[in-house]
Amino acid sequence: MNRKLLPFAKKYWMYTILAPLCIVCEVILEVNIPKIMANIVDIGISNKDLNYITRMGILMILMAILSLFFGAIAARFASIASTGFAKEVRRGLFYKIQDFSFANMDRFTTASLITRLTTDVNHAQMTFMMMIRMMIRAPMMLVMATVMAVSINARLSVIFLVALPILALSLYVIARNAYPKFGEMLKKYDRLNAVVQENLTGIRVVKAFVRGDYENEKFCDIANQVRETQIKAERIVIWNMPIMQFVMYGCMLAVAWFGGNLIISGNMQSGQLMGFISYISQILISLMMIGMIFVMFVMTRASLTRINEVLDEEIDIVEKENSITEIKDGSITFNNVSFSYTGKKRNMVLENINLSIGSGETIGIIGGTGSGKTTLVQLIPRLYDVTEGSITVGGMDVRDYSITHLRDAVAMVLQKNVLFYGTIKENLRWGNENATDEEIIEACKIAQAHDFIMSFPDGYNTMLEQGGVNVSGGQRQRLCIARALLKKPKIIILDDSTSAVDTATDSKIREALRSEDLFSRIYKNLSSEKITTIIIAQRIASVMDADRIIVMDDGRINAIDTHEELLRDNAIYREVYETQQKGVVELEGA
Amino acid sequence: MRGPNPNRKQHVAMKPENTGKTIKRILEYLRPYKLQLILVMLLVIVSSAASIAGTYFLKPLFNIYIIPLIGKQNPDLSNFLEVIGLMAVIYAVGAAAAYGYNRLMLNISAGTLYRIRTDMFRHMQSLPLKYFDTHTHGELMSRFTNDVDTLRNMLSQSFVHLFSSGITVIGVFIAMLILSPVLTVVVVGMLFLMIFVIKKLGAQSGKYFREQQLAIGKVNGYIEEMIEGQKVVKVFNHENKSKEEFDKLNEQLFEASKGAHSFSGMLRPIMGNLSYIHYSITAIVGAILAITTGLDLGSLASFLQYTRSFSQPVTQMSEQFNTILMALAGAERIFNLLDERPEIDDGTVTLVNAEFDSSGKLKEANRRTGIWAWKIPNRNKSATYTQLKGDIRFSNIVFGYEENKTVLKGITLYAKPGQKIAFVGSTGAGKTTITNLINRFYDVPEGEILYDGINIKNIKKADLRRSLSMVLQDTHLFSGTVMDNIRYGRLDATDEEVIEAAKLANADSFIRHLPEGYNTMITADGMNLSQGQRQLLAIARAAVANPPVLILDEATSSVDTRTESLIEKGMDQLMEGRTVFVIAHRLSTVRNANAIMVIENGEIIERGDHDDLIEQRGKYYQLYTGMFELS
Repeated sequence: MNRKLLPFAKKYWMYTILAPLCIVCEVILEVNIPKIMANIVDIGISNKDLNYITRMGILMILMAILSLFFGAIAARFASIASTGFAKEVRRGLFYKIQDFSFANMDRFTTASLITRLTTDVNHAQMTFMMMIRMMIRAPMMLVMATVMAVSINARLSVIFLVALPILALSLYVIARNAYPKFGEMLKKYDRLNAVVQENLTGIRVVKAFVRGDYENEKFCDIANQVRETQIKAERIVIWNMPIMQFVMYGCMLAVAWFGGNLIISGNMQSGQLMGFISYISQILISLMMIGMIFVMFVMTRASLTRINEVLDEEIDIVEKENSITEIKDGSITFNNVSFSYTGKKRNMVLENINLSIGSGETIGIIGGTGSGKTTLVQLIPRLYDVTEGSITVGGMDVRDYSITHLRDAVAMVLQKNVLFYGTIKENLRWGNENATDEEIIEACKIAQAHDFIMSFPDGYNTMLEQGGVNVSGGQRQRLCIARALLKKPKIIILDDSTSAVDTATDSKIREALRSEDLFSRIYKNLSSEKITTIIIAQRIASVMDADRIIVMDDGRINAIDTHEELLRDNAIYREVYETQQKGVVELEGA
Repeated sequence: MRGPNPNRKQHVAMKPENTGKTIKRILEYLRPYKLQLILVMLLVIVSSAASIAGTYFLKPLFNIYIIPLIGKQNPDLSNFLEVIGLMAVIYAVGAAAAYGYNRLMLNISAGTLYRIRTDMFRHMQSLPLKYFDTHTHGELMSRFTNDVDTLRNMLSQSFVHLFSSGITVIGVFIAMLILSPVLTVVVVGMLFLMIFVIKKLGAQSGKYFREQQLAIGKVNGYIEEMIEGQKVVKVFNHENKSKEEFDKLNEQLFEASKGAHSFSGMLRPIMGNLSYIHYSITAIVGAILAITTGLDLGSLASFLQYTRSFSQPVTQMSEQFNTILMALAGAERIFNLLDERPEIDDGTVTLVNAEFDSSGKLKEANRRTGIWAWKIPNRNKSATYTQLKGDIRFSNIVFGYEENKTVLKGITLYAKPGQKIAFVGSTGAGKTTITNLINRFYDVPEGEILYDGINIKNIKKADLRRSLSMVLQDTHLFSGTVMDNIRYGRLDATDEEVIEAAKLANADSFIRHLPEGYNTMITADGMNLSQGQRQLLAIARAAVANPPVLILDEATSSVDTRTESLIEKGMDQLMEGRTVFVIAHRLSTVRNANAIMVIENGEIIERGDHDDLIEQRGKYYQLYTGMFELS
């Protein structure tokens, strides 16, 4: 456990302290019970003293009941503390991830984040439980038993001075050698899981190319490596047991021999020696426990590290203090903007972008795969921060706004969009929690979604599956547009968001977005301003009626102009236009 | 939001349903280690005996060897030393035995897990696609991870613990019976109490464990959904809402797991202290017996020692109980996977290299000739050969993934060798289904598909699929180099052939721009390639396979129009002389097909070449002119 994670125990600190306290009581009782047991035999039974036996027996029963009580509530407290700790860690991680920026998200895969939140948190819980239950118990037993042993015969205790370092050293050597081996094993294990995962997602490819045997061979090979590394790692750990036994038995024999000699020479009582021996076993057992905790830590260290990686991840997009909450209008400027996902100047995705968009303008963006279209628009709502230069919205640098207000004013319909499990209405309310039914219907009408929604038997209460897989792609895209509109944004960005919508509906959506009465329809105030619209599209038809069209090429703006001008002057634009129009032109000719 | 989907399958049952059968099958896996296991058991017995000896030999040591020597001048220590030496030997043997069985068990469990894993994987490979359609990846993954892990715990720890505890309990019980049958009654009474307590606690914690599993399922489901949609969450400033919802579910999980761990944690202190109570009751009853019936004191003292060593293993066994139950439940799920019926493959027709002999007759060749033939075995061990041409005919195919839900309603079509057949239609119309039937991803219940005149049911699946090459919409690449991934199409392709194929797919230029060219590693997540680039690799992979029949299912959907026009030539070259089935979103891709089938609701509603269909002014015309939604 480390400093980074301990604060998560704070909320349940009382239980975290009470549990070990109860364990202390339990241990005190536990250390004394053997004494009574010995007395029952040595005094009661050898003297046939039924009275003494009954008295001691009842005392012992009472102590046992007390100890049972302490033990049971300690278990309860420990469980509250450790599951509470796990809950807090899970919460901390989830909150942290919620605060991640896009750039932060890009650094982790979703699968690995999910494992960290599930399996790794589980390991942390186990470690914490072990810690509060054993970390007090074992040293406590060790100390008390040692005190008892020394008080019986200090000279004989010297044996411990020899035994303990041997034991500690061997435990250390084992742990040290085992740790890297376990790391190796876990790596192989990850690889094994990756092969399974890959085969699950790619099963059609495997079957289509008849590569079953090939994959089997690959899997057998990695499974064999897992086996070998597992044996290599655990082979070291299993030395624990014989070494413990070796030391323990060695101590006993040494004590028996030296103690025996002491007794023979009259320097010690035989009862004392018996007591001494039982304390040895308690000491050694507690050492064994410490060893176990040690091994456990080694095994879960990887999980804790992975949790810390998330917690340590620096969130790179943060709000300034006294950030501005009012976005004046939908104008946008890019001043000498360069951007790279890695933040390094070598792989710039955008270079020296200068651009000025007026409030209410409709802008189309066209360009090949990887030309930087999506990157460009993602900078506007500050999903990423620029590497160089600056971007303003409504005349102010985007970094001066409160992030929430900025993102509410700049609605973005992502290329890879997601709907969530819930009704259509619930999904739309993501745009605005307090949207009235009229507002929702209005937004859906603009996005041309109202009609198909009403065609479902449950209308707006139709349940969507996770990811919205039970509506068609075109319908999903229109729902996402309606959801974005409900934010009542000043700027709306459609990133290839109508690719699955037919051209006729596509043009209706664009028409509705440009209409004069849009603001009054969704804003309910009588402003006559228009919404700034940015449309990224593959189809020329989707952007040709925009006020201006940006042609992106290899991270730079190749041209900005109207459809007619571009068609006349821009080679790239013309080429795209021609390949797409080929059929239509022929059609007209036919 | 309503939280996670309650319909999400809960695949985490706590209790095994058929314990006996499951144990039998686990033992089946242990069979190859029969001798080693017997050795393990012997070693466990030796080690238990040594540790018992370690405790009980001490008393006679005192009584016989030490006490008589007390006060003697120049005592003769040789006997004493001899006994110490003897004990040292016993202890050494015990420690060695402990190491021995641990080491053996490590081999056995690692080896068994290896076999179970590889069996699972191999079996998974043999399952029909239907199985993967009806089970989530997460569910199958957890067979390989969680279930195998709990099994590993059981094999490496519980097994030995249980055995040594069992041995000790039985041994001690017999010893107690011999010493005092009357006192043994007390022990048995106590044993019943202990079992009662274990059962009660077990039932309580079992209840909470089940609740916990349910809560875990919900929390994990929510985490999955939110993290996958994280970018949307950010765009909509939905962070606080999703945190709120998460807190609710997290709290539920906390409540359940708090209960579950409380009860399982209480087991040890309760059992341990019950054994103290047990001890005192036995002492009191024993003392009464000693006074009334003259039970000898030595026996009573020994008996008391035995009660201690009796309850310890009982506690230990009860602690293993949960682990074992969970492991058995996991094992049962593993065996359920292994019991799933594999793909049926009773085809006898195989694909062989062939050549024409001098008389122009087709005969089998044992080298790559470029000519392939179907080898149809006859009754009398001889075989007939038919040249592989790529002629495919569907007659009246009716098919549904689920019963009562027909996807294809009587499809009849033919593709002559070298023809290009295109399928067009909206999502769910059944285009992909048709291609999935050709390579027998699914079997047809009604109607038949003939391949060069042979019913595909009679062709061995592996050979059938080897004669076809597919490029799917979702390209799956495997972790490995770019070279490896293209070579996946034909494992014996040379580097030159791979590069040739990459050039054909117009992938060569971007591959050369990768940091290490063809040797660049592709990671599992494939973050380093765009979707369009991955599709180009998939096309190259199909090209290197060089089959007579090609199926392109939305093969260029993520390639932008400019790049698509660049690879057009390569694609044409790839398709030349092959029978090609194309499914495409972009109609420019299908225009030059020999026949275009417009599929709607599992039926072919229009067919003909591009010009015919345009002339018909039907659905295709509407699609083509953008008047209809295609998704």
